[in-house]
Amino acid sequence: MGVTNASMIGRTPYYVLTGGLAVIFLFPILWAAVASVSPQAGTGQTVGIGLGNYATLFNFGAGLPRFLFNSLLVAFLVVAITLVVSALGGYAFARFSFPGRDVLFLLTLAILMVPYATVLIPLYVMLHGIGLQNSLVGVSLVLVVFQLPFATYMMRISFEAVPRELDESAMMDGCGPFSVLWRILLPSVRPGLITVSLFAFLAAWNDFFAPLIMLNDPTQQTLPLAIANLRQQTMGVIDYGATEAGVVVMALPCLILFLFLQRHFVAGFMSGAVKG
Amino acid sequence: MSSITPGRGFSLGAGWRRRHQLWGLICAIPTLAFVAVFFLTPLGLVARMSLSSWTLLTGYRALNFPKNFVSVWNSPLLWPAVVFTIEYTVLATVLLIALGLGMALLAQETGRWVGALRTIFLLPVALGLASASLLFWGFYSPSIGPISPMLEAAGVIHQPISFLETPTKALLSTTFLVVWKFAGLYMLILLVGLQSIPHDLYEASALDGASRGQIFRHITLPLLRPSLALALILCVTGSLLAFDQFYILTKGGPDNATVTVVQLIYREAFQRQNLGASAAISVVVLFALLALNALQFRLLRDPERS
Repeated sequence: MGVTNASMIGRTPYYVLTGGLAVIFLFPILWAAVASVSPQAGTGQTVGIGLGNYATLFNFGAGLPRFLFNSLLVAFLVVAITLVVSALGGYAFARFSFPGRDVLFLLTLAILMVPYATVLIPLYVMLHGIGLQNSLVGVSLVLVVFQLPFATYMMRISFEAVPRELDESAMMDGCGPFSVLWRILLPSVRPGLITVSLFAFLAAWNDFFAPLIMLNDPTQQTLPLAIANLRQQTMGVIDYGATEAGVVVMALPCLILFLFLQRHFVAGFMSGAVKG
Repeated sequence: MSSITPGRGFSLGAGWRRRHQLWGLICAIPTLAFVAVFFLTPLGLVARMSLSSWTLLTGYRALNFPKNFVSVWNSPLLWPAVVFTIEYTVLATVLLIALGLGMALLAQETGRWVGALRTIFLLPVALGLASASLLFWGFYSPSIGPISPMLEAAGVIHQPISFLETPTKALLSTTFLVVWKFAGLYMLILLVGLQSIPHDLYEASALDGASRGQIFRHITLPLLRPSLALALILCVTGSLLAFDQFYILTKGGPDNATVTVVQLIYREAFQRQNLGASAAISVVVLFALLALNALQFRLLRDPERS
């Protein structure tokens, strides 16, 4: 009893310090949620608690459904293409030796070393040249490129962690390389695939710079760009309420996915951080 | 790890081996296509643009080297942007690494509260930088921001505080946003490093009578070196390339006092429509970053391994 009390008292500064930090980290998120439904002059919610700001957001510009659709389409395309390219690439790098393998792997990682803007300005010119300006597909392809270093690395080490005996014996039994990949290897690297998908989704859903440069058509904007533009909507009057409602709409999927997939989120950093 | 290990009771013929290589190549084609089309080609193009007269409307007109570089060098906006970006990088990096390390030390034990604490620290990391910037744009605003009313109610202040009105306030407020958003990320990277330090090292040095400070300085910090190096490189690179937070929160103001180098690239390209000059800055930034990262790798490499 006495010992427990003493250690409780000894631990008090720790709990005060960590509790204070927790409040600082939680407060802005909770505030945004509260502010989005609170009354405020000059917003869609002037009296009482309610969803007036969300109504403003719903009807703003091309409309929230349109922007949600755009964002979801980009996120879906980026996740799907990143998964296919990095799973095939990771399989190739982990299991085969072919001419140029190491050069290609290093080049893929080198994408990380190059500033976003350095590649995006010429990509803007290139996509214009092939008619993919203002295209959600064009933006998605660009976003995939910046996912490839992490995704390819992650899939390569995931495949390398699977014992070779597994696919060798299947090949001896007459399975082709694709059916080995599809039926035997992919199920074994599921955690890697989930981590890659999670990072690709968060990056695509949240990216601001690529849509800002690539998408000028107001109906083609993704959520972050649309919400940022919402601020300049009416001359003089700034609708903070609708902006915070937009922040909540953008943040919710990220927070939910993170809470459910936290283990995979952390695993992504373990893999990268250990090897540096 | 290179290829199939032979001599394990079955033999793989030369033909099989050749086909094997071919399959590897086929699986690597999508990666190769993306790297070639969306990475190497734009790099080549940006180099060519930097050497050319190239505007947003007219496209390529003529080679004009070194005009783009000279006009960028003489631009009155360049040096303030470079100085501001470096100031911001130093401030953000020092705060993020120090706070990330502190948070990692606080969150390295096990237990229910520590688990919840880590999750709370990581929540802002899951948000997008643009979302977080828009969140703080309201948070700092005089009309709905919560800080001034709370302090006024407590009697600490009698007039609302402004968060973005002077260059110094804008820098500090943006840095707070970025530290809030990313501290959990650096905590996670350093936590991985902390947990890879063998526990008996701590016990042995505690038995030898080492104080907490001595253990931290002589055991924790040196063994944390690889993780610290990774955190440092990520943080410096990310901060030097800052864009979203300043574009959204301060719009480069007040009086262009918070324009970063990447904002300058954006403005040259899409406001002044001079893609050549924009590409010239991009190329210089690329080389500066490569040089800086090479230097950081060299400085941070484990002295015993080199």
